[in-house]
Amino acid sequence: MPYVEMPKLSDTMTEGTVVKWRKAVGDTVSVGDVLAEIETDKAVMELEAFDDGTLKEIYVQEGGKVRIGDKLALLLGAGESAPKAANQIPATEKNNAAKQVQEIPAKTKTESAPVSVSASSNSNNRVKASPLAKKIAAAKKVDLTAIQGSGPGGRIVAKDLDSASAKISGATTIAPAIQTAGDSKRIPLSGMRKIIAERLLASKTQIPHFYLNIEVDAGELLKLRAQTNEYLEKSGAGKLTINDLVLKAVIAAAVKVPRVNATYAGDAIIEYADVHLSVAVAVEDGLVTPVIRQAQKKSLREISDAVKDLATRARTKKLKPEEYQGGTLTVSNLGSYGIESFSAVINPPQAMILAIGAIVKKPVVNANDEIVVAQRMAIGLSADHRVVDGAIGAQYLAELRRLLENPVWMLL
Amino acid sequence: MSYDLIVIGGGPAGYVGAIRAAQLGKKVACVEKDRAGGTCLNWGCIPTKSLLRNAELFQLMKQRADEFGFAFDNLRYDWSKVVKRSRDVADKNAAGIEYLFKKNKVDYIRGEASLERAGVVSVKSSDGKTQKLEAANILLATGVVSRPMPDFPFNGKTVIGSREAMILEKQPKSIIIIGAGAIGVEFAYFFNAFGTKVTLVEMMPNILPLEDTESSQAVEKAFAKQGIQVLTGTKVVKAEAGKNGVKISVEGKKAETLEAEVCLVAIGVQPLLPPGLSLQLTPCNFIQTTDRYQTSVSGVYAAGDIIGPPLLAHVASYEAIQAVEGMFTNHVPKRVNVFPSCTYCQPQVASVGLTERAAKEQGLKFKVGKFPFSASGKARAVGEIDGFVKLIFGEPHGEILGAHIVGAEATEMIGELGLAITLEATHEEIEATIHAHPTLSEAVHEATGQAYNLAIHI
Repeated sequence: MPYVEMPKLSDTMTEGTVVKWRKAVGDTVSVGDVLAEIETDKAVMELEAFDDGTLKEIYVQEGGKVRIGDKLALLLGAGESAPKAANQIPATEKNNAAKQVQEIPAKTKTESAPVSVSASSNSNNRVKASPLAKKIAAAKKVDLTAIQGSGPGGRIVAKDLDSASAKISGATTIAPAIQTAGDSKRIPLSGMRKIIAERLLASKTQIPHFYLNIEVDAGELLKLRAQTNEYLEKSGAGKLTINDLVLKAVIAAAVKVPRVNATYAGDAIIEYADVHLSVAVAVEDGLVTPVIRQAQKKSLREISDAVKDLATRARTKKLKPEEYQGGTLTVSNLGSYGIESFSAVINPPQAMILAIGAIVKKPVVNANDEIVVAQRMAIGLSADHRVVDGAIGAQYLAELRRLLENPVWMLL
Repeated sequence: MSYDLIVIGGGPAGYVGAIRAAQLGKKVACVEKDRAGGTCLNWGCIPTKSLLRNAELFQLMKQRADEFGFAFDNLRYDWSKVVKRSRDVADKNAAGIEYLFKKNKVDYIRGEASLERAGVVSVKSSDGKTQKLEAANILLATGVVSRPMPDFPFNGKTVIGSREAMILEKQPKSIIIIGAGAIGVEFAYFFNAFGTKVTLVEMMPNILPLEDTESSQAVEKAFAKQGIQVLTGTKVVKAEAGKNGVKISVEGKKAETLEAEVCLVAIGVQPLLPPGLSLQLTPCNFIQTTDRYQTSVSGVYAAGDIIGPPLLAHVASYEAIQAVEGMFTNHVPKRVNVFPSCTYCQPQVASVGLTERAAKEQGLKFKVGKFPFSASGKARAVGEIDGFVKLIFGEPHGEILGAHIVGAEATEMIGELGLAITLEATHEEIEATIHAHPTLSEAVHEATGQAYNLAIHI
């Protein structure tokens, strides 16, 4: 096939942006050559040529955004001529492609119906809803992805919107009619923001969250870090962070209490054999959660290196899809932002997320009933109650506290 | 002998419920006192469709032969063969149900069942023997029979119900039909087509009073053309049965006394309650049931005509399946709210959903789209230009509230619209569906277009 089409580069990808063409019209191309850089919802990826040939035409210019399957370029092999109508078809398609690119910002000005986006049959998150339900949802500005269907085969029918619309319309108000004196900015959603919106809305509306909070004494943790870093500095190796130590403890505790490292699977609970630890990393205009695979088998050093590498590449959008998919539990650490304590939203289909706060000096009453200055760290646990009960969550946090307050145990 | 389920009655509710329970792996018995298939197969839907087919063919050949280029010197029919064909059709169908029982391992028990108490049914067979059967669940599906007029009892000869009307040995010269629901209207068409003088008496302002008024009026017009005397808004004040005929005094536009050889009373039905344990009844003496089709006695369920209107075979089957799945699975039974209705006179009448009258009464906002078969190429080609498709769309979303079809194959066309309502399709989905050309069903597409100013052929 002489056409190069927008490939599906990640599970959640529905469209992609051509960031840069590495080949120009007229260039000779061999299999495996990088033709272009494509930005998906999560990362920038390289588009390789599947055939040898010459790049004859480029239909989507740099910065252009098109859906999966749309034509990007015409690549002809030696002796191969353009399809009979190629001179015409690509010409019109070129217009279409260009139009599509222009239409996206244009649409966001006038139209505001993410409902139609999620209802599109091209989307991965296809919503089963009756035509009438879709129309009512669009009119009421209700997000169908957050509604449970009661029709045949779980289809959303009009009746489901009677009760549901009142409940969630507030959460998904689309075009707030707020007047401002100056011109307000309208920021079209990036692929990543769309995914964040969809997944977190689904998480908060479909997963019965509950929250547990503890505060641990981080004195020993700080001491251990000081000792190890003193040594590491001498040996020229990279330093460890408090976060590295916290991650190690989180992993070790999950091995002890495996129920938190699990998924609610409808008719069963799946307890995973490995701890694939997702680590929330803030990136420009969003966040990603790269995964440290089989973290229970990794040393403190390996964990530290993995986090550093994943975070760096996440910020430059260089992660491959498999590097941010398939985690079994998540840690979000806002300590470095000065946040003392917070609650996080579960990252589906996981059953638990931990929210780590900053280490803060506080007056505490010690074992001798004296008020002393201590280094305290708050930890919040959010769990899916279908999988984890309060007692299990408490058991997990107790184990986590034991490790963090006596970090020497982690070495065993 | 202990069963998971005993079904009393082998009609469209009973046999369907029994088979579904057997499909779910349950041990099931179905008790029937007459013949499997119930009224529908033996004395209703099926044999009358056979009679009506004869009527259509005869009417076509007799009245329209020349239009199609045929000529007959001596076109005759044999009344007894007309009736016999209908009985043969019914017999074959009933045998088919008995085969289905066997195939699904349902114990089919002939006899009269009595509900002793929850869990126990006694069955008296024709040889006088009585056996007791036990079951965790009992489903009552005993149906209904024709209701007589007060002071004018059925006598099997001159005053008859629908059951007798389909096996009359001799074609009557004249018949008065009281009640113009589906049964009255179908028999009016049937007898008239064969040349019996028919008078159809209806108390309500229109025949087929449950249908959309436009549908009723279309059939009234067609009937008048066919030579049926239709008296609407007319009440029977006195009815007398003599040895060789009946005298019926009516009051409508005028007061008069009608005479005929036979009177068919088709004013409605009455429930056929099973003997034994008494259950809580509705004000009209049907069995009262909950949303799960349970009666006032735990473990005893009821479905079909016996629980009240709509009195239709396809509704009965649906109810029985809902009831049985509710008994044996996690399924939450649904009650019937949208169902098609069909009347098989010519032109046929079919509908699903709301009439325009009902939509108005409910204060709904709606739009009407209509397309006459006289503008359909296929209708002209087959020579069936009577009737129309009328669709009622909700505003503002355009969902289908109701569909009404009058015409040659109306009953075969209503399925599309039933599906559309179940799937909550709107005018756009019908508009976007390519309807085969040339077919009568193109009229559904065009009626949709007509409501939104998109129709091409009108």
